[in-house]
Amino acid sequence: MIYAKDINERTPWQDLTPGGEIYEAGTARAFNTGTWRTDTPVFHEEACKHCMLCIPFCPDSAIPVKDGKRLDFDYMHCKGCGICKEVCPFPAITMVAGGVAK
Amino acid sequence: MSSPLSGNEAVAYAMKQINPDVMGAFPITPSTEIPEYFAQYVANGEVDTEYVTVESEHSSMSVCIAAQAAGARAISATSSCGLALMYELLYVAASCRLPITLACVNRALSGPININHDYSDSMGARDSGWIQIYAENNQEAYDNFIMAMPVGEIPSVRLPVMTCMDGFITSHAVENIELLETDAVRRFIGEYRPENYLLKKENPLAVGPYDVSPYYMEHKVLEAEAMKAAKARILEVAAEFEKISGRHYGLFEEYKMEDAELVLVLIGSTAGTAKAAVDKLREDGVKAGLVKIRVFRPFPGEELARALAGTRAVAVMDKSEGFSANGGPLFAETRSALYDLKERPYTIDIVYGLGGRDIRVEDFEKIFSRLANIAQTGEIGPVYTHMGQRSKEETV
Repeated sequence: MIYAKDINERTPWQDLTPGGEIYEAGTARAFNTGTWRTDTPVFHEEACKHCMLCIPFCPDSAIPVKDGKRLDFDYMHCKGCGICKEVCPFPAITMVAGGVAK
Repeated sequence: MSSPLSGNEAVAYAMKQINPDVMGAFPITPSTEIPEYFAQYVANGEVDTEYVTVESEHSSMSVCIAAQAAGARAISATSSCGLALMYELLYVAASCRLPITLACVNRALSGPININHDYSDSMGARDSGWIQIYAENNQEAYDNFIMAMPVGEIPSVRLPVMTCMDGFITSHAVENIELLETDAVRRFIGEYRPENYLLKKENPLAVGPYDVSPYYMEHKVLEAEAMKAAKARILEVAAEFEKISGRHYGLFEEYKMEDAELVLVLIGSTAGTAKAAVDKLREDGVKAGLVKIRVFRPFPGEELARALAGTRAVAVMDKSEGFSANGGPLFAETRSALYDLKERPYTIDIVYGLGGRDIRVEDFEKIFSRLANIAQTGEIGPVYTHMGQRSKEETV
């Protein structure tokens, strides 16, 4: 079995899977799609009540949750759409221009 | 057991003996009878196949792709514009390395619209990554379909297989053919056990994911290597098939080629007529011969070059127009295969039989006399010509 973690852009064709098949789930985690951002959300933890409203609204599952609390954004997958900022009832998310959170 | 069956009936019967898991079914002349006969087997409970009637050939191939990816054996049948409508999916099936089996009953492509035989449909799909095996007659159509799955399904190949027969000439004419016992067919093809498939619960599988440029080329090389590996597998399966049937198959058939000087290279049912012409010329002392291409993809280039090495003049018979303005597809492959020979025969292309235009023994005699003239004078004349059309000029 060839695992996705063992494949990268230097892997020779002999070590790839036929048809590019992937034999496990959730491998999109390993693929950086966060380079499209033109605006970037910034998380202000002190203002967050962890109501979890932003989580289901995020189209890219780019807000990780651990032990009932949301963590900082997963910028590897966030596209900067700003929906989270719109649905946040608190001043816990602001948007800044550009692809990097400053 | 000898049975009188049409080509379509023979292939439908082979499908029944195989008892595949899924059939994507859509009618188009002249392949319509195949899903029609098969529907009776389904209705009578003679097979366990999930028979999916769809709204187009695009969908019938999509059904096959989904089913095969899920771990099932999937089949379909089509012709002409039906194959053209599958075009996108043919590439998807091959690149996802899904060994689907398709019975292609060859018919001219529109337009102008025409229902009769030539190879413009499957020749249009020749670069899609499908293995293509062509039949001369009903027996070969039956045999080729039974050999298709063991060829396509082996892990070193894992490519879809298209078995082709000539529309109406083979599909609708009835011949006495030898059928295998169903048990023997089942043993021959065995169970389909892919290593990974969508319904395998141990590990989730993604089929056909988006391929960024750092990967696409590598996956195409894998596919090309699989097509190369198919050649040996086709011969291996043919050898196994000979053990249960007594019938011998190669990548192509050589007819009176031992000492042949003037040779035809062609595909399909035309070989019957051409063999009669070869026999007639042999009686007159002409060293005529014939190579009938059975496997067009993978193309047996090296083997064909060896077979034609000692000959003096070769006429490649193309029953499809490629509109390359440089000869048909069989000619392009054959002449390219001959290039590495130290001493090459003169080679011409004759495009014939489009849209079901007939070709007769007398026509082949004319072709052989043109080859004799080329061999004698060394003057090849026009390389790419058409034959059988009404013309104000001599056409052979």
